[in-house]
Amino acid sequence: MALRGNLRDFTITQLLNLVNLAQKTGTLVVDGPSEQAYISFREGKLAYARVGHDDGSLAAVLHKANKLTVNQYRAIVERAGKITDKELGLLLINAGYLTQEEILLNLQGYFTEIIRRLFTWVEGFFRFEGEMLPPDDRINVRLDLENIIIEGSRQLREWEQLQDEIPSLEMALKFTDRPLKNVNLSVEEWRVVSYINPKNTMKQIAQTNKMNDLEVRRIVYGLLQAGLVEIIRPEGMVIPMSPKTFPTQNKEEQKSLVNKLIGRIRSL
Amino acid sequence: MQTVKMVVTGPFSAGKTEFIQSVSEIDVVSTERKISSPAERSVKESTTVAMDFGRITVDDDLVLYLFGTPGQKRFDFMWEILSEGMLGFIVMVDSTRPETFREARSILETFRAYAPTPYVVAANKQDREDAWDLEDMRHALRLDSKVKFLPCVATDKATVKSVLLELLYSILAEMESGG
Repeated sequence: MALRGNLRDFTITQLLNLVNLAQKTGTLVVDGPSEQAYISFREGKLAYARVGHDDGSLAAVLHKANKLTVNQYRAIVERAGKITDKELGLLLINAGYLTQEEILLNLQGYFTEIIRRLFTWVEGFFRFEGEMLPPDDRINVRLDLENIIIEGSRQLREWEQLQDEIPSLEMALKFTDRPLKNVNLSVEEWRVVSYINPKNTMKQIAQTNKMNDLEVRRIVYGLLQAGLVEIIRPEGMVIPMSPKTFPTQNKEEQKSLVNKLIGRIRSL
Repeated sequence: MQTVKMVVTGPFSAGKTEFIQSVSEIDVVSTERKISSPAERSVKESTTVAMDFGRITVDDDLVLYLFGTPGQKRFDFMWEILSEGMLGFIVMVDSTRPETFREARSILETFRAYAPTPYVVAANKQDREDAWDLEDMRHALRLDSKVKFLPCVATDKATVKSVLLELLYSILAEMESGG
């Protein structure tokens, strides 16, 4: 039976565990909230990964890791049609620019980072393609999955805790009376803070900042713990009171009914 | 016959069933079952699995029903069903079990997201020596100063009445402010 399904039912960590235990070879294709990821394995070990529009080429990986300057990267990209990653790797090693170990370490770091990103995807679909192998011209690594799985499990626990703390992203945030002075916030935290307004739900803030549910929850949780914000019902958001709440829709009759309840409870 | 309902929620063993029992004019219709988990059994022998149900007759035409939710997380699918059409809700917190405060906070946020109805938070077991102070609990639960946070002893009718009354005053105030 095809290995395919929904990340809500089967998490990335569980998938990696399965690939590891069954020593699978093939590519896991994950359709996430806004992009697609391809993670390739050989006999249960991570071989290659790419996500979204990143081509995952050696030149791009080394450029991101500041091992290649912009000019060097451009020069390589211009010749990209003629040179494979394996050939580029050999060129860099022969020129004494990088060692084989450095190249492999950079690729491993890049691929692992992609998987870390996948751990934040809680919605999406996956399928495992046993016939699909990484492109021939790309350098493959052989990375054990155990450590990645442990990290993923830790992240899953964090996700569950954050969901307990902030169950609904349909609520808004407002600043408490505590001033934002002398608070060291990261760029990501500032991006969230700049949209905090009783009218904006956390979901809207996440969407505007292109953050997923985990990322926005993590930031909001930090702000809540620091006592800088509090969760409120979004201003102007009309959640219709259930018609079943009161047996009558007349406001005066409703008040009279509540007053009757007060009288009765007092007399108990 | 007109009926209205209030919901009593909170973590496992917070005292929801006792709270309802203290004021209900009927024996609480309870769905208690023996606890299978040894960890939870060390706290109490049986727990609510579907809901508790108490009744207070106001007059010939009006009845108030009190629904208690199951406290264990695995029964949380019942929460939304029980919250439908509620007049307001009470979150019970066991003042002697700080390990449940985080869950109480989570339950509170979940119910706030379900419905725009008023609520109060009741610090139960305040008669116990090891009960936390209200102010400390307020900080631990991250409750805004505007949220009514009331001392309570679920087996003591007077404090239960006071919690119910405070909730009704909040409901009335919200109606009068046009909410």
